[in-house]
Amino acid sequence: MNRTNGFIKTRLSNGMSVLIKEVHTAPVASFWVWYRVGSRNEHTGITGISHWVEHMLFKGTNTFPKGTAEKAIAREGGVFNGMTWYDFTTYFATLPAARIELALHIESDRMVNALFDPDEVAAERNVIISERQGAENDPEFLLSEEVMAGAFRVHTYGIDTIGHMCDLETMTRDQLYAHYDTYYAPNNALAVAVGDFKADEMLQMIERHFGAIAGKPDAPPVSACEPQQKGERRVIVEEQGNVAYLKVVFRAPTVHEPDFFAVTALDAALTGASGMTFFGGGLTNKSSRLYKALVETELATSISGTLIPTVDPFVYSLSATVRGDHTPAEVEEALEAELTRVVEEPVTEQELFKAIKQAKAQFAYSSESVTGQALWIGFSEIFADYTWSEKYVENLSAVTVDDVQRVAQKYLRRSNRTVGWYVPQGT
Amino acid sequence: MSIPGPEDITRHELPNRSVVLVRENQNSPSVVIRGYLPVGAYDEQSEQAGLAALTASALMRGTANRAFEQIYEELESVGASVGVSGGTHFTGFGTKSLVEDLPLVLDILADVLRHPVFPNDGVEKLRGQILTDLEERTHDTRRMANLAFYELAYPQEHPYSRSLTGYTETIGELSREDLVDFYGRGYGAQEMVIIVVGAVETAAALAQIEAAFGDWAGHIYERPPLPEVPRITEVRERTVVIPGKTQSDIVLGYPGPPRTAPDFLDALVCNSILGVFGLMGRLGDNVRDNQGLAYYSYSRLDGGPGPGPWRVIGGVNPTNVEPALASIRDEIRRIQEELVSEDELNDNKAFITGSLPLRLETNEGVARSILNIERYNLGLDYLRRYAELIKKITAEQVRGVANRWLDPDAYALGIAGPPAS
Repeated sequence: MNRTNGFIKTRLSNGMSVLIKEVHTAPVASFWVWYRVGSRNEHTGITGISHWVEHMLFKGTNTFPKGTAEKAIAREGGVFNGMTWYDFTTYFATLPAARIELALHIESDRMVNALFDPDEVAAERNVIISERQGAENDPEFLLSEEVMAGAFRVHTYGIDTIGHMCDLETMTRDQLYAHYDTYYAPNNALAVAVGDFKADEMLQMIERHFGAIAGKPDAPPVSACEPQQKGERRVIVEEQGNVAYLKVVFRAPTVHEPDFFAVTALDAALTGASGMTFFGGGLTNKSSRLYKALVETELATSISGTLIPTVDPFVYSLSATVRGDHTPAEVEEALEAELTRVVEEPVTEQELFKAIKQAKAQFAYSSESVTGQALWIGFSEIFADYTWSEKYVENLSAVTVDDVQRVAQKYLRRSNRTVGWYVPQGT
Repeated sequence: MSIPGPEDITRHELPNRSVVLVRENQNSPSVVIRGYLPVGAYDEQSEQAGLAALTASALMRGTANRAFEQIYEELESVGASVGVSGGTHFTGFGTKSLVEDLPLVLDILADVLRHPVFPNDGVEKLRGQILTDLEERTHDTRRMANLAFYELAYPQEHPYSRSLTGYTETIGELSREDLVDFYGRGYGAQEMVIIVVGAVETAAALAQIEAAFGDWAGHIYERPPLPEVPRITEVRERTVVIPGKTQSDIVLGYPGPPRTAPDFLDALVCNSILGVFGLMGRLGDNVRDNQGLAYYSYSRLDGGPGPGPWRVIGGVNPTNVEPALASIRDEIRRIQEELVSEDELNDNKAFITGSLPLRLETNEGVARSILNIERYNLGLDYLRRYAELIKKITAEQVRGVANRWLDPDAYALGIAGPPAS
């Protein structure tokens, strides 16, 4: 057990990891359970199954029949939700601190007792298909789906978490239940509690609710390994619309590779401070290189960059909205010129200082809420451990301008990228 | 940290008739500013739709002291943000920074509000960005359904009937001089409100705000009263066909009670029951869960200084539009006809009052609450009285407010989706 003042990291005898942090700034607490399962663990035929299982965990157990859990949380003034991502599925509730045990009761119950009623599965199929159709309404989703499919031909990171439509139409209740039964186990889960309580008392409460749940055999490992890319890949999406988009993704290092923080600094110079999690950030990026080169020149109306921490190697992506009177080809050409510049000339010390200060500020902002702190702790544990976020600023501060140039040369190569254009078809 | 109240919110009026409110929170090293000026789309002509929003955005394009590039270089270098955004009644502004950078962001905020120069090339760049956004809007089912709803729910001459962003035709026609004129006639310190929340000392924060804005003159638009908004007495429906889409969005609603209406809190409880509580109230239970007709279906009560909308919003498969609408209208009829049970009423009241600590967890949440207190003159003790006000609301009041503002057979309805197959 790792225990410091108001902080505990431990493992229950059934294998469940537990992280607890006291924060006494407001009378609230946030409780999360993270499962190490997401679309990374899927295969053709059952794509989207992790996300659908997440939906089914809101459809009732014998103790909390459908609709009663979220109402119980709401009655206490809390918020309650779930999320599915490539590497994890997570459920959380944030409540007035005195009522946090309710969240533990609900989560321990549905870890093993979700019903998967066949009628509920059937009704939820329509909801899930509707969710996918809503996403398909967005041209940037359509482009992203094709670009990611191009970038990954082996690993399931190439498939969006929502899954393929044909799988959503054909997946069965038994397949959903089997997925749940395989991955929802204390030894494949992580509980995170942050808030206005005593850490020891919270640990006892977690023991009381989760300690008796039996562990299961280890979940099957993911063996998919994306082969090295051997040349540039390009996709064009021709669909209805009147605005064009450009998306370029480069295969990127994982958080376990020293290059990760240098690419983070590179991204900050190119497109400004990222939100650092999939929740996005709140900062503008108008002093970044690509904003100046693409938006201020009136070729594009927006540019953003994303480098997401993941378990297996993922991509660094750049996305631009093309201005009405221009084409993806023109935006790509201007982007290419800027990427060449950052490969040939080092970034400035000032650009590095800026990236570090932005990271410091964003961590300070996210620490205002217990929900934000619990998210960081759990998210970091999924691909590394909680100290990863604590050491983030320190690791970023160690990056040099030479490092940035080296990783620009290593990763921003044509042969390492997939380029996508959304070319709108007139109506 | 306790619920903010009179002894820990400091309210101070400057001689130029602006108002500053400060609440200290030493728990986090950040500071948030939120505020507004009484200028907005209310003050633009309908043929100039989008002028107020464009003027607000253009403030950031350069000042007498700083070029656009310099504004953002200074802000982004310290991980801070400053934003100005034009609404209907107000132009809102806000900042977020580490406490050590408050003097810088305050200086930039005052600079953009007081000394904008509206550079020609900057205005043209913004115009191009807005025109592209308006092109995107024509293919966005959610935005087009809302646009249709507002045009149907409010009389043509009412500012609520117009798009805040404007239209391709109006944005194309606005000149730099229009922006300069709109700014010159309506931007000033009179009735400006600034809220500061965070790791500051109150006296020091007041002094900094006074130094930044104390000598700004006060002048504001003379506003005619809002045109009357008659109750909707028939079905007003418009379908916007957008080829290539796989989901339809629907927005069904009414002009609703202003925030200052005596029955506004009744409406808040009613709306929670209808489309908020748990996973989106009765609409979530019946339209989404029981019938599986939608990915989302919820209701939203805007309030605001005027009759802001009370809407039901849903995203549905195009073949399910009619059954979803029937189900939504059933729920509206039910809340009008049947008294809500004591249990359901108490659950909703508990949610509304119990969630206050969560809403007050961050500096932004506190600033937003204080801003509403000032805007609607609710009293500095409002957050402490809030639970009592909600607890008093009865099932009869909920049914009453539903009957005053909603109607299952007379409404404005915007639908946007693919052509019927």
